[in-house]
Amino acid sequence: MPIKTGRLRKFLYDVMKNKLLLLMLVPAVVYVVIFSYIPMSGIIMAFKKFNYTDGIFGSPWNGLDNFRFLYISGKLWTLTRNTMLYNIAFIMVGLVLQVGFAVIINELRLRRFKRVMQSFMFLPYFISWVVVVTVVRVVFGYENGVLTQLLDAAGLARLNIYVDPRPWPFLLVLMNAWKSTGYGMIVYLAAVSGIDPGMYEAAEIDGANIWTRTFRITIPSLLPTIIIMVLLAVGQIFRGDFGMFYQLIGNNGVLLEVGDIIDLYVYRSMASSSNIGMASATGLYQSVLCFITITATNWLVKRFEPDYSLF
Amino acid sequence: MKCKKGLTNDVLIFNSVGFLLVLIFGLMCAIPFYLIFISSFASEGSLIRNGFRFIPDEFSLEGYQWVFRNPMRVLYAYRNTICVTVVGTACSIFLCTVTGYVLSRKDFPWRNGFSLFFFFTTLFNGGLVPWYILCTRYLGFKNSYIALILPLMFSVWNMVIAKNYMKSIPFDIAESAKVDGANDLLIYFKLILPLCKPLIATLGLFSALAYWNDWYNSMLFITDSDKQSLQYFLHEMLSTVQALKQLASAGNQEAITNAVIPQDSMRMAMTCVTIGPIIFLYPLIQKYFVKGLTIGAVKG
Repeated sequence: MPIKTGRLRKFLYDVMKNKLLLLMLVPAVVYVVIFSYIPMSGIIMAFKKFNYTDGIFGSPWNGLDNFRFLYISGKLWTLTRNTMLYNIAFIMVGLVLQVGFAVIINELRLRRFKRVMQSFMFLPYFISWVVVVTVVRVVFGYENGVLTQLLDAAGLARLNIYVDPRPWPFLLVLMNAWKSTGYGMIVYLAAVSGIDPGMYEAAEIDGANIWTRTFRITIPSLLPTIIIMVLLAVGQIFRGDFGMFYQLIGNNGVLLEVGDIIDLYVYRSMASSSNIGMASATGLYQSVLCFITITATNWLVKRFEPDYSLF
Repeated sequence: MKCKKGLTNDVLIFNSVGFLLVLIFGLMCAIPFYLIFISSFASEGSLIRNGFRFIPDEFSLEGYQWVFRNPMRVLYAYRNTICVTVVGTACSIFLCTVTGYVLSRKDFPWRNGFSLFFFFTTLFNGGLVPWYILCTRYLGFKNSYIALILPLMFSVWNMVIAKNYMKSIPFDIAESAKVDGANDLLIYFKLILPLCKPLIATLGLFSALAYWNDWYNSMLFITDSDKQSLQYFLHEMLSTVQALKQLASAGNQEAITNAVIPQDSMRMAMTCVTIGPIIFLYPLIQKYFVKGLTIGAVKG
């Protein structure tokens, strides 16, 4: 008993001592409780036949029916595969471009050229996916886009991207790389500038050329950063970029054949209102999948290189 | 960093290949912006005849004239986005830095517990549906400005950036101020925040971009056209000719046919109107941006 009261007294003493710091935490804690933790309890909706009048807690249970319908609809596998494959492509292409350009820009000798080009590459980061729709229209638009003009000039058949799903996997990867390379590069550029110059000097004295320096010093030094960035991205591999897919693919039925992802499906089911139960079942499925992947990747990394793990 | 001495063969090859690659990608990023900008001043006829070109055959302001024919909706959208961006960014910077500061304090006994409490929300969440129902049914987000501000106000990642940045500030500063009798809130406002200008610039840029470019929350919560954000307004303009027609004819009962409306130049003009201000933000903040971001990006 005396130990317990001692602990309690210590706790109360700590609270009193830190009351202002605790008070400063209140807004964020309240925010996170309302917008993250309370919705977590809403996962029970996946097991209910939801209607608006009874609300989340009043609606009747229906067991695993939502999941059964989801399974029967046969969409689950396509959605999961699309989400995963697109994200893998985004991660790989992004990594090559970001690390590649960071290394190149670091070695380039023309200062002003570098600065101008870096600002150019950064431009797409500043716009929304809505504006990217205009960009796609200007570059790839069927009637008068730049690509159409080039194809016409070369005497080739035009490409109508709004009715032809085939180019879209490529287009989506391209637009993603276009939008994120300039920004993603910054992290690697910062890491490159943190490498000890002595290493390069020593390598140069030993007669290493620029390729050896790049692949034996720069890239290995970037490895911790690369691993962390990839790990962060892999953890989100089942979470698609809703903004991008909604703006570029949207509700275009033909394009959905190749561009439907989990997030789009959840939104569509929810917006049509009739499928709230199935939408929340899909959402829960996605959340669980994400949780498993991020914990698993972290566990793997921890096993081999504990320093690189996230938590 | 590099030896500036000899321009050996390998360096020459690397530089010229690198130069080409950077040039191509850089132009790929910039040219669409130029095309949109210049096409917004092209006449619809030249856009239809010759497509989007570096120098349009025929210049005209008809795109802008049609966008501002009945300017109220554009101006409302502008007002909404500017107000939401300013208020939201200010709140967001405060919320992220104040939380980050507490969690960066070495003498705060529960910092690990609270860090986990925040971090867990990035690992698992309830999904879109329960969140949406909570917001509409219980928090009254429908057609309310709150719906445009609150959802983007706090981000655990921004908070972690703030926390890591503040960790690099020597703890002695807070400690000696405490000995002198300053309380924690005063230390945060008077001592810590002034040392965090790069951090504030970085978080401010993130937040301002998120608010300025937000169309998602308008799509989910706003049906009243006077309360829409600029980007959602643009989205409507881009996706249907119907919306263009409504914009052109709003107020007066004219019958406007599809043929009359300069669709392409109107869309280009509208796009320019929405991206203008945010593009100018970058040069102002560039100075701080890389510094703030890289210090924050260190794991911890």
